[in-house]
Amino acid sequence: MRGLIGKKIGMTQIFNESGISVPVTVVEAGPCVVTQVKTKSSDGYDAIQVGYCDIKEKHLNKPQSGHFSKSKTNAKRFLAEFVPVTNFNYETGQEFGVTLFKIGEYVTIKGTTKGRGFSGVMKRHGFGGGPKTHGQREHPRSPGSIGQAFDPSRVFKGMKMAGQYGNKNHSVRNLEVVSVDKVNNRLLIKGSVPGPKNGIIFISK
Amino acid sequence: MSNKIKPIVQDYLKTDIPDFYAGDTVSVDVRVVEGGKERIQKFEGIVIGKKGSDISGTFIVRKISGGIGVERIFPLHSPMISSITVKRRGKVRRAKLNYMRKLTGAKAIRIAEKK
Repeated sequence: MRGLIGKKIGMTQIFNESGISVPVTVVEAGPCVVTQVKTKSSDGYDAIQVGYCDIKEKHLNKPQSGHFSKSKTNAKRFLAEFVPVTNFNYETGQEFGVTLFKIGEYVTIKGTTKGRGFSGVMKRHGFGGGPKTHGQREHPRSPGSIGQAFDPSRVFKGMKMAGQYGNKNHSVRNLEVVSVDKVNNRLLIKGSVPGPKNGIIFISK
Repeated sequence: MSNKIKPIVQDYLKTDIPDFYAGDTVSVDVRVVEGGKERIQKFEGIVIGKKGSDISGTFIVRKISGGIGVERIFPLHSPMISSITVKRRGKVRRAKLNYMRKLTGAKAIRIAEKK
């Protein structure tokens, strides 16, 4: 698995070679630096930890600054772990960027969805709502019945109801890489990506 | 649009698009690829509306073909459009000419010329 940490910039559209307009998300990814190499002998599994986005030393607590002084890298705001499948020869301090991905590759993107707060069933679960006319007063956005009567005399678990919607980890698989801009550390990903603008996302292959 | 997105879109924007508005009669040269060969197909009609800005901009061209109304929506900056020529300037009072869809006969294509 190859991976980068990045930031969602926004959406737009471009035209491909055959003249078809393609919706794309602009993602600023990397450069990421390897802050720790985990091996089977020392940590029980093989992985690399990468950091993204510089942060001032004074904002770190002692365990964090100790971690970065050990890896001899700049302090980073975001850290993530990726498990490389092959060619496991990374070193701490090694830097990589968007060239990790090629045009036409399919990637997985993880992010935190936009928080919508405590939402009703129409927004959260796509319910149809109730009737709006014929003397209805409180029913237009209500969920309707949530179960039966004396038997079973309880509401079943997992019943779709109002509640917190969004602000939740979400991943989308098989998103195509449309273009790779090495100079500006920018990727164009076909389709939409979870989260708000400037939201942190994890791109992996 | 964010300043970081603008330069990405810039390469795709055309600079040679003529000024035209709803009511104008335009001829659009469309690239058609058939069996590896490319030819130009003309689509001539009245512009009944423009929509969007920058790269997402589109316009609708309507014509009457064999007594049947035909409409095509073109992305303004599409590479499939080789050229747009304005044949006639029309004098209209609104930006979207959706009322033209209901008109029949001679009225369906009649728009006063702008002087």
